[in-house]
Amino acid sequence: MSQTTPTRAAKSREYDAIVIGGGHNGLVNAAYLAKAGLSVLVVERRHLVGGAAITEELYPGFQFTTFSYALSLLRPDIIHELDLVRHGFMPILMPSSFAPMENGDYLLLGPDRDENLKEIMRHSAHDADAMDRYEHDVERVCQLVKPLFDRVPPNLFGKSPEDLADIAWLRSHLGDAPPKVLHDAVRMLTGSAADFLDDYFESDILKGYMASSGIIGTKVGPMSQGSGLVLLYHSLGEHDGQFGAWAFHKGGNGGFTQVLARAAQAFGVEILLESEVDHVVTRDGRAVGVVLGDGTELSARTVVSAVDPRRTFLELVEPRELPTDLVENINRFRFQGTSAKVNFALDGAPRYPALGDRTDQYRGFTNIGPSMEYLERAFDDAKYGWYSQRPYLDCAVQSMVDPDMAPPGKHVMSCFVQYAPYHLRGSDWDTEREKFGDTVQATLESFFPGFGDLVLHREVVTPLDIERVVGLSEGNIFAGEFFAPQMYFFRPAPGWSQYRTPIDGYYQCGSGTHPGGCVMGAPGKLASGQILADLRKE
Amino acid sequence: MIRTTPFHPRLSELSTTGLWSHWAGYLSAQKYDMSAKHEYFGIRNSAGFFDSSPLYKYWVRGRDAERFLAGVLARDVRTCRPGRAQYTIWCDDAGFLLEDGVVFRYSDNEFMLTAAEPNLGYLRDLVGRLDVEVVDVSQDYGVLAVQGPRSREILARLSPDVAALPYFGHTRTKVGAAAVTVSRTGFTGDLGYEILVPAADALPVLDAVIEAGTPYGLRPFGEQALLMARIEAGLLLVDVDFSSSRYAWTDHDRVTPVELGLRWMLRGIDDPERPFVGRKALRAEIAGGTSRWATVGIVVDWQDWDRVWTQAGLVPPKDETPLDYESMLYDAEGGRVGYATSFMYSPVLQRHIGIARVRPDHGAVGSTVGLEVTVNHQYETVAAQVARLPLFNPERKTA
Repeated sequence: MSQTTPTRAAKSREYDAIVIGGGHNGLVNAAYLAKAGLSVLVVERRHLVGGAAITEELYPGFQFTTFSYALSLLRPDIIHELDLVRHGFMPILMPSSFAPMENGDYLLLGPDRDENLKEIMRHSAHDADAMDRYEHDVERVCQLVKPLFDRVPPNLFGKSPEDLADIAWLRSHLGDAPPKVLHDAVRMLTGSAADFLDDYFESDILKGYMASSGIIGTKVGPMSQGSGLVLLYHSLGEHDGQFGAWAFHKGGNGGFTQVLARAAQAFGVEILLESEVDHVVTRDGRAVGVVLGDGTELSARTVVSAVDPRRTFLELVEPRELPTDLVENINRFRFQGTSAKVNFALDGAPRYPALGDRTDQYRGFTNIGPSMEYLERAFDDAKYGWYSQRPYLDCAVQSMVDPDMAPPGKHVMSCFVQYAPYHLRGSDWDTEREKFGDTVQATLESFFPGFGDLVLHREVVTPLDIERVVGLSEGNIFAGEFFAPQMYFFRPAPGWSQYRTPIDGYYQCGSGTHPGGCVMGAPGKLASGQILADLRKE
Repeated sequence: MIRTTPFHPRLSELSTTGLWSHWAGYLSAQKYDMSAKHEYFGIRNSAGFFDSSPLYKYWVRGRDAERFLAGVLARDVRTCRPGRAQYTIWCDDAGFLLEDGVVFRYSDNEFMLTAAEPNLGYLRDLVGRLDVEVVDVSQDYGVLAVQGPRSREILARLSPDVAALPYFGHTRTKVGAAAVTVSRTGFTGDLGYEILVPAADALPVLDAVIEAGTPYGLRPFGEQALLMARIEAGLLLVDVDFSSSRYAWTDHDRVTPVELGLRWMLRGIDDPERPFVGRKALRAEIAGGTSRWATVGIVVDWQDWDRVWTQAGLVPPKDETPLDYESMLYDAEGGRVGYATSFMYSPVLQRHIGIARVRPDHGAVGSTVGLEVTVNHQYETVAAQVARLPLFNPERKTA
């Protein structure tokens, strides 16, 4: 197998396609284009590919998933079509979920249904069968929605035979759904996680645990309309055929993007590191190449932006060359990042008093969000421009499932934190960074007495850091909020959801397009299909 | 009354499930954790340990021990030097497989043979006038398999000799105060070792392994995880992928080494200096090309798999639990060409895979067979590709 290694100087001045940004979607897109026979260059600003899906040794011997930290929504067809297993793809099961409570009790769910029902009954006998009903109902909604993830959204405003066929497909797909399933889907897509969950459950811990999936990455509380959509998204993940199951890629999500890079290179993709694209060159309304930060001009008949919509439309090209309504839409596109990370190198596993010396509870996520009220109050702070004083935390002691992440007996702990709004009222993140880290650590200390004594190193990643390092506008982890008017055929803007742009030969393939953020790869793949179809027509 | 192995007192403390099966008269853990898949990832990504003590173990000793085993075993044990082990088989005189096992050569005149079934009577009957004693020491030793990418690092902390052991090498060494044999063998297809320890020393050795391994993510695994790993590794299992000819009622349940894909074991079969049980029949089979089957790997076409389930309104199952029944295989015209003896979804390969027996004319790598699955109570056929075994074969296994 001929395989190129990433370089710091482009080998050629001319490519069939240049992909801007070496995040997971850029790599997926490039791999599909190269697989189809195109000469492809990926241009990445940083010294490593992966975008927000990277693993870094920020403290000797400890591997940190600085940003994105788990794998679930990756489309299974990409694994096979890009031959990822051959390049080291290895998603490791995370077999449990642990939800500590403020009174010292906990909810610990594992891989065995009956054992889980007994555990739920400890908190509420009513909620045990409710859990079964909830999961079945949500799975049916997932089955309805999933095919939409694997297709280009229809162009509602188009009149071509293809557009009409796409719209007819959507109508028939939804029309075939049982009324209850369609209704549940609409309730989730438009309503609040709290309302949906209240229909099933009564126990605070269970509702808090479930509702947490409804706020991830989004500036909503569980009681806000719109959190249902986020809840549905996080239920759509699948791992080895199980909806809602999560996995940890060997070596973290950086391990995964390295696999993607190797696969892309095996198809012939060239990767250029430490090179920023300054702008896309257009001529007569057509993209013809890019200019790098150092002035180097590279030509290509296809230029693909894997960065977010703001950068794609307002920074890489001249907004004056675009239709006004598109510029307006992108200008008001909501980013408002609200998530942060605090990553720890630990001298040992944290101790949870009620579980004594047990540590098996850390083999999956540890969810610090013991009730919907806890989450909603955490959101209250964010509404008024401040970070949560008792934040929601989604923690993973990743070295429990992959010992390669830390030295023997030591651990890395990734903590996803909400809420941490990008815009702070009366201060800024450079001032607040460590105080925020202290707030998170104090919260952990309250659940895991002695936690602070275990900390060998702490890395605080604010929304501002996400924006600066990864380039995601306002630090939004989904490259634009999950918010109904920004989804599906409106993502990123009405009329421009099919990966094309008003500039011929210029395409978008980042998470700002359908189906959106998470390490899914679908935007990269779907965009490649459009590009290749257009090239065939030319 | 069911027996327990020398490791059992500790293993029963480690079991959170209380799920035990009966293996050769002993309690054997099905899984220690509710998730056998989690235990499986211990084998594939860190390290795990498994209690193999119920295996039968025979010392074969004496001036003629080599000559004796060379005549009993189909694989030429004369090529096995002291300090080495061989995966081996023995056949009946019709060339059908009786059993497989591992033979460890300790010195010129001293071997240990392990087997899944009792064989003492059979072996002794074949001694004749040779200077050989065959001693059943099955209960005298515990066997602890330590398997997975981190296994070398862990065991080398206890016994530095282990680090240099080659694949299928073994050495007498010490773990703490206990005299043990560590071999680089196992049934997972991964980097791995087995520790043969006198029963009285079993618990301290297990405790030492656990203490050394826990920081590396070592965890116990049961039969369910072992059976997943062994299918990926293309390791055949008696009573699943083949039956012992001794207990078969018809030749349909018998199989020859050639038919099982073990022809490589018969190297030197034409050497007139080594008569062995079954040689004549096996030579005739090879010369006449009369093998009825080829044993191959199969890898299911993922799109076809998803198609049949999705069209039926179902979520395509990807269950790592091996099926406990055979699945029929068909050619393009719907004619039966064989059957999968083992079948599972492989988490590391991300494909449904199997070990199958097909007609020799359908055994070419890359050819397509149709696998029968039941979807919504109806038979469906999904495409699968014939592939070379083992399907999962990491470099670290032999490196």
